[in-house]
Amino acid sequence: MENRSFIQRLIARAEFGPLVLLIVELVVFWGINPDFLSPQNISNILAFTVELGLIALAMTLLMTSGEFDLSVGSLFGFSPVLMWTLYNSGVTSLEVGLLIALLVAAVIGLVNGWFVTQLKIPSFLVTLGMLLVVRGTALFITDGFPQRTWSAEGSWLANILVGDFYVGPFRVYASLFWFIGAAIVLGYVLTQSRTGNWIQAAGGNPNAARARGVNVNRVKVGLFILSAVMASLAGVISSLRTSAANPNSGTGYELEVIAMVVIGGTALTGGRGTIIGTVLGILILRVMRNGIVLIGVPGLAYNIFIGAIILGMMALHSWLERRHQAGT
Amino acid sequence: MAEPLIRMENIRKSYGRVQALVDANFHVNEKEIVGLLGDNGAGKSTLMKVLSGVVPLTSGDIFIRGKKVTLRSTSDAIAHGIETIYQDSALVTQLSIARNLFLGREPIKAPRFLNRMDQEAMNAVARDLLRQVGITKNIPPTTPIGSLSGGERQAVAIARAMHFDSDLIILDEPTNNLGVAETQGVLSFVRSARDSGHSCIFIAHNIHHVFQVVDRIVVMRRGKVVADDIDPKKTTVAEVERVITGMSDKEIKDAISDGPQQHG
Repeated sequence: MENRSFIQRLIARAEFGPLVLLIVELVVFWGINPDFLSPQNISNILAFTVELGLIALAMTLLMTSGEFDLSVGSLFGFSPVLMWTLYNSGVTSLEVGLLIALLVAAVIGLVNGWFVTQLKIPSFLVTLGMLLVVRGTALFITDGFPQRTWSAEGSWLANILVGDFYVGPFRVYASLFWFIGAAIVLGYVLTQSRTGNWIQAAGGNPNAARARGVNVNRVKVGLFILSAVMASLAGVISSLRTSAANPNSGTGYELEVIAMVVIGGTALTGGRGTIIGTVLGILILRVMRNGIVLIGVPGLAYNIFIGAIILGMMALHSWLERRHQAGT
Repeated sequence: MAEPLIRMENIRKSYGRVQALVDANFHVNEKEIVGLLGDNGAGKSTLMKVLSGVVPLTSGDIFIRGKKVTLRSTSDAIAHGIETIYQDSALVTQLSIARNLFLGREPIKAPRFLNRMDQEAMNAVARDLLRQVGITKNIPPTTPIGSLSGGERQAVAIARAMHFDSDLIILDEPTNNLGVAETQGVLSFVRSARDSGHSCIFIAHNIHHVFQVVDRIVVMRRGKVVADDIDPKKTTVAEVERVITGMSDKEIKDAISDGPQQHG
């Protein structure tokens, strides 16, 4: 077992398939349209990638613990609406509005976690219900209209979260650093920390984890809170960058985020997760969305490709898993 | 006489109207391997579930080294030095051997606020423990449990109980579904555990496996302990079978020859 070559070990990793797929995508799109790798296009891909990416990173940990969260897309829309509503009505400053939005998101995550762990209701049903409650609230308090937003330029909050600058020909948003920071921290938590061991055990065999004194419920509730707060933060970042707060924004993101995570190699059934894989999964879907438009495929055909990628990657992961179980 | 490690007195357990245990008395001495035998429904699993904190008893007392204890959960039992090893359920297949060994008690590297596991220390201890329980094959401690054989998984679970100084290791059907060589391996792991000062309760359907490893045999029938001091060196498998079934030799033979007709 120890004598396996570097190549064999690389191929056996869950991240190998997504890495190959990403490289293939990049080569094909670049081959058909060289503008695909232009600095402007790369900047465009990265700007929006990190916002969905923040949600996907937190979702990776949650899914590793054996749960998932369908309410993230609605929180993505709700949190900026709440922040701007508070600000526009003169109740709070923008900064305090952000804090309140994050706090409300944390409470929503706590409620999700409580229903799942204490009432033993599957997370699919709990977070589906929460999706409707949160989206409904966003629509109700705005009458379905986008909130008035001022141009956030110049605000220190906007500078910290989405300030942009040029590195050579590349336009880089500060949110990219938040994303990289979150990926490093959560990757560390999952693979190096004691909490990461508990997260994997909670998803792999919760009874065994409980028998060893791991507080599985607390781990899961913590991850539901993390997932909700990250979705809220991502929504606010997106809203500041685009100067828009639409109560409908983020619709369907939950499924796209889950797709990113599973394509990256995290098991939908829990127990095994990879942050590197998720970063690859995020890039695969965002590059696909950008690339097919750039090479002239109608944008409406996007879902066909995404569906095919999900099916293909699931088949690959299942094959690798069986090889792994067989010890080959 | 020295106080036994575990003493269970007048244990009753009912599920509604069904009496699973009826005033069962049971004890395990220090550094002793006890074989717990009984037919299906005899109550041995229930008795062990009570002892490992999985189900609460209806009435009765449990003493550890003479001190009365209450076992409300598996964590309670583990805290009192009682570890139960089930066929498959005690380990997380996705985690490595070392991570499973230390699950819930992972050593932390300084600075502690980083919450970083000391993986080198975990791997070193795991390597050492695998040798102690008699796994001679070179298995890296980073190997996921999912790629180990059934016998090796049992060995990891036994090694974990030994490392965390469990006084009593309960093995529930540890040789089920194992091949001949693997079964011999598990039996030798059990002996290693006893030799390093741990007591074991060994539950198995296969009486021959029990005979090979235990110091004393206890037999249960209909929720009661009907024999608790059978010396495997001074008795035969047939005699123990008679105690288990409560039938004579002739009755057992008749039951065996009637068997196919009943099913047919």
